[in-house]
Amino acid sequence: MKRSLLAGFLATALATTALPVTAATEIQWWHAFTGRLGELLAEQVETFNASQSDYTVVASHKGNYSETLNAGIAAFRAQEQPHILMVFEVGTATMMGAKGAIMPVHEVMKVGGAPFDPDGYLGAVKGYYTTPAGEMLSLPYNSSTPVLYVNRDALKAADLDPDMDLSTWEQVGEALDKLKASGNDCPLTTAWQSWVHLENFSAYHNTPFATEDNGFTALNTELAFNGELQVAHVKAMGEWAKDGKFFYAGRRNEGGANFRAGECALFTESSAGYAGVKKEAQFEFDIRPLPYWSAAEGAPQNTIIGGSSLWVMSGHETEEYKGVSQFLSFLSTSDIQAKWHQDTGYLPITTAAYEQTKAEGFYDKNPGTDIAIIQMTGKPTTANSKGLRLGSFDQIRGLIDEELEAVWSGNKDAQTALDSAVERGNQLLRRFEKANK
Amino acid sequence: MLPLLLILPQLLVSLLFFFWPAAQAIYQSAYIPDPFGLKTQFVGWENFEFLFGDRYYLESFKTTAIFSILVTVLSMSIALWLAVMADRIIKGSGVYRTLLVWPYAVAPAVAGILWLFMFSPGIGLITWYLDQIGVDWNHSLNSGQATGLVVVASAWGRISYNFLFFLAGLQAVPRSVIEAAAIDGARYWRRFWTIVFPLLSPTTFFLLVVNVVYAFFETFGVIHMITAGGPQQATTTLVYKVYADGFVGQDLGSSAAQSVVLLLVVGLLTIIQFKFIERRVHY
Repeated sequence: MKRSLLAGFLATALATTALPVTAATEIQWWHAFTGRLGELLAEQVETFNASQSDYTVVASHKGNYSETLNAGIAAFRAQEQPHILMVFEVGTATMMGAKGAIMPVHEVMKVGGAPFDPDGYLGAVKGYYTTPAGEMLSLPYNSSTPVLYVNRDALKAADLDPDMDLSTWEQVGEALDKLKASGNDCPLTTAWQSWVHLENFSAYHNTPFATEDNGFTALNTELAFNGELQVAHVKAMGEWAKDGKFFYAGRRNEGGANFRAGECALFTESSAGYAGVKKEAQFEFDIRPLPYWSAAEGAPQNTIIGGSSLWVMSGHETEEYKGVSQFLSFLSTSDIQAKWHQDTGYLPITTAAYEQTKAEGFYDKNPGTDIAIIQMTGKPTTANSKGLRLGSFDQIRGLIDEELEAVWSGNKDAQTALDSAVERGNQLLRRFEKANK
Repeated sequence: MLPLLLILPQLLVSLLFFFWPAAQAIYQSAYIPDPFGLKTQFVGWENFEFLFGDRYYLESFKTTAIFSILVTVLSMSIALWLAVMADRIIKGSGVYRTLLVWPYAVAPAVAGILWLFMFSPGIGLITWYLDQIGVDWNHSLNSGQATGLVVVASAWGRISYNFLFFLAGLQAVPRSVIEAAAIDGARYWRRFWTIVFPLLSPTTFFLLVVNVVYAFFETFGVIHMITAGGPQQATTTLVYKVYADGFVGQDLGSSAAQSVVLLLVVGLLTIIQFKFIERRVHY
């Protein structure tokens, strides 16, 4: 028994050491995906590794988004950084600030020489990760945008037409009244409140979330989401919460469980939640664009993305960057992107992948899955709707969550809460500015 | 020479895992570095000025005090009561003891998840029962409920540990003293409060120190899982803020300054405990 165990160990040891004999250059990729997404990611890597013999991409899971970013930072300090690091969109400013630690994607592509067409990417997707001059800093990987999920059965139960127009918050408000009156305990719930109801809300209504073009142009940006429109929206939501028309389940996507169980009628959530809803919902549902206030001028503009992008880290050999550029180029091909988009509900990052999905008839078979793209690309982006680039943003979101919770529970009015969030967030931005000067 | 050699491993461990990191924290608290360690700038006391100008930081002292007192009192009193009961049982005491010690094996993060499942505002079982009797449970909005839940979840895992020590302490109380009191006509609870409890005081004192340290440092996992410090910082203890600012906000300067403050607070607390409370302990 002992002997066979030992032999087993030896065999594994040999097998693992035997890999580099193939002489392929290894490319390390640290990511944050588990479950189904992790499998799909692994599949992409396998496909790439099988498609050529010069490079081997090794994908390693490093925990959730925050943990992966921290692992990358710690590794850089120990000079053991991976080639590619997956960073969530709120970490963008942190990565941008680390000029000596990263190599912008447009530069990687130049050094590596793989085919790269910056214009082929969807503007609203890549905008989040490019400089104002249009240079791509990181490659968008998984991107989604918030949409409205509708439980058609719940509308019918409240004597509402399930096809009723819900494109404005005014209309949603009327629907909520009827739903509540009919005894529904959860007319509306949401996931990711700050992302949906402030960040995207601001972009969608073409109003600034922060000064300096939402932080794109300068580090001395200040938060500006305590404007009239945002306050009015949060106030309305607060009143709905008080009247039991808006059910708050938590900061992340806790509300999804209630919606998928059929308890809630309306649900604002990422377009990437589609697969989960489709799998679990025992009721008829459909997807609608995120509502807007019809009274607001310029609405609807376009929504912005959430998700992650791939950052290339500095300090590696040119030969390795060639491999990185090939891999990034491979990820951008329309076959890979179309498959990723259809399997996950995330947005395709290139126009070609969108066209291919359309040509394959995917949107006809899965109605509503193209709403996110239309919503994002319907209008050319403005300075308010390109995205957000704010330091310490993970933490700022946390304190926005806190202040919003105070509104939902009736402890604060909308104006006070948003003013306080802005003031507290600005302190963090000044700390970030100082650290990154 | 030999004594020095014998304590050398302990000295090394202390130096490596306590004094060196502590010195690093003190050093870093005077700087604002960028996360990647590419550049850093000396700011002197500025990190501390920033901290003590922050209303929420000052409030987290209060939160930590309330939280620690509640966790310590709750976990120790329940453990003592259970230990006294288990000590009286003659038949099947092994089973009781095993069951009571069991929760200690559950990691704080797992305990957090378990409690979260039961009390989740959306899908929790107990939330549903509470709703049936007309209680509206939503700890993601109600700070009182959030504090309560975090305290109970933290105390729960600690009861086993305290129980074990109290039980051992109870069994070390000399039977002869108790029997003498019984012959004098003292009833059970009188015997307990006048003889057993004072004789338990070394155990109680030890547990007090250990539990306060636990409540300060090791409840991180539970808080992280259940409330992540919310709602509105109601459950953000000092340690949780060190984590949030350092690892979520990547503000390493402020995080280091907070560690230094925490070091001082716990040091002070331990001195107070040993100076004033230990006097009342009968060894």
